[in-house]
Amino acid sequence: MKLFNFFNRRTSAPVARERLQILLAHERASVSNSNLVALLHKEVLAAVSKHIEIDPDKVEIKLREGDAVSLLEIDIEISANAPARDAPAGVAA
Amino acid sequence: MPKILVVTSGKGGVGKTTSTAALGAALAQSNQKVAVVDFDVGLRNLDLVMGAERRVVYDLINVAQGDAKLHQALIRDKRLENLYLLPASQTRDKDALTEEGVRRVIDELRERFDWIVCDSPAGIERGATLAMRFADVAVVVANPEVSSVRDSDRIIGLLDAKTEIAEKGGRMEKHLLLTRYDAGRAARGEMLNVDDVLEILSIPLLGIIPESEDVLRASNVGTPVTIHSGTSAPSRAYADAARRLCGAQVPMDIPSDKKGLLVRLFGRRAA
Repeated sequence: MKLFNFFNRRTSAPVARERLQILLAHERASVSNSNLVALLHKEVLAAVSKHIEIDPDKVEIKLREGDAVSLLEIDIEISANAPARDAPAGVAA
Repeated sequence: MPKILVVTSGKGGVGKTTSTAALGAALAQSNQKVAVVDFDVGLRNLDLVMGAERRVVYDLINVAQGDAKLHQALIRDKRLENLYLLPASQTRDKDALTEEGVRRVIDELRERFDWIVCDSPAGIERGATLAMRFADVAVVVANPEVSSVRDSDRIIGLLDAKTEIAEKGGRMEKHLLLTRYDAGRAARGEMLNVDDVLEILSIPLLGIIPESEDVLRASNVGTPVTIHSGTSAPSRAYADAARRLCGAQVPMDIPSDKKGLLVRLFGRRAA
């Protein structure tokens, strides 16, 4: 019986290699995406706050990946009384 | 020019501290001045593996905060006069370590040593990122096992992103040290083999340390394995790895302890 098992045993190392290859391909992509989102967050914030005062916590950036298309969502909440930065001093006050 | 080497892995228990002690001792044996630095604040163990646990007075945090001079904290190895240990603090919080403090200590070590070997704690938090922060060479320690390989991949990403050399646009030199390797099991397909791990992680191989009883035997008595049993398989593998770190071309093989029949039958109780 033991001999029978010996010849039939499926080795486990190839399974380990395959699982790792799939997992890491996925993880490497998602880590680099999270860097991209952080970078976009920073730059969008910088660009918008040149003109309008915004709360950094109210800027939301999401990157959703689908099979056919990916979706980049940028949500920026602007409070009703946020002053425009480049408006003439008299109007802003 | 002095080299700052970080020994890191992500996962715990794969052999970072053992490898730090063994590589540090092997480098010191080749007449270079070496400081091994424990970054595992709160869970220090390099002192124990080096056999210096009863000689710790001051530690890395004392020096980083200016409460002690570097020479007061450095512990000189009793066997190798070129080898020094800078222990971690056992009582302090790991947040006591700051980037500026670490930078000052490393800069001071640079003036006195050829190699500064930083033993990273497990994980990817403060201690681990500070241990790699100022390094120019990294040894990534991995076991041929899925969770270790996954964590090594993550650490390689951090080495390329969160270190000073990477932020300045340079390239961190990275090497893989495969530990606890069982060539027999790998050949039978029961364990990831060297090529599998290299293909997945795609960094150059520094050495293959075979699974061996000598490693535990050496840590039991507080001696780096390269000093404890110079002719044993893991010791030769570490010594070869240290020579490769210095730029030597050493053929890559998997050292093994060839055992005769008598040793196999009766050798178990011998040590």
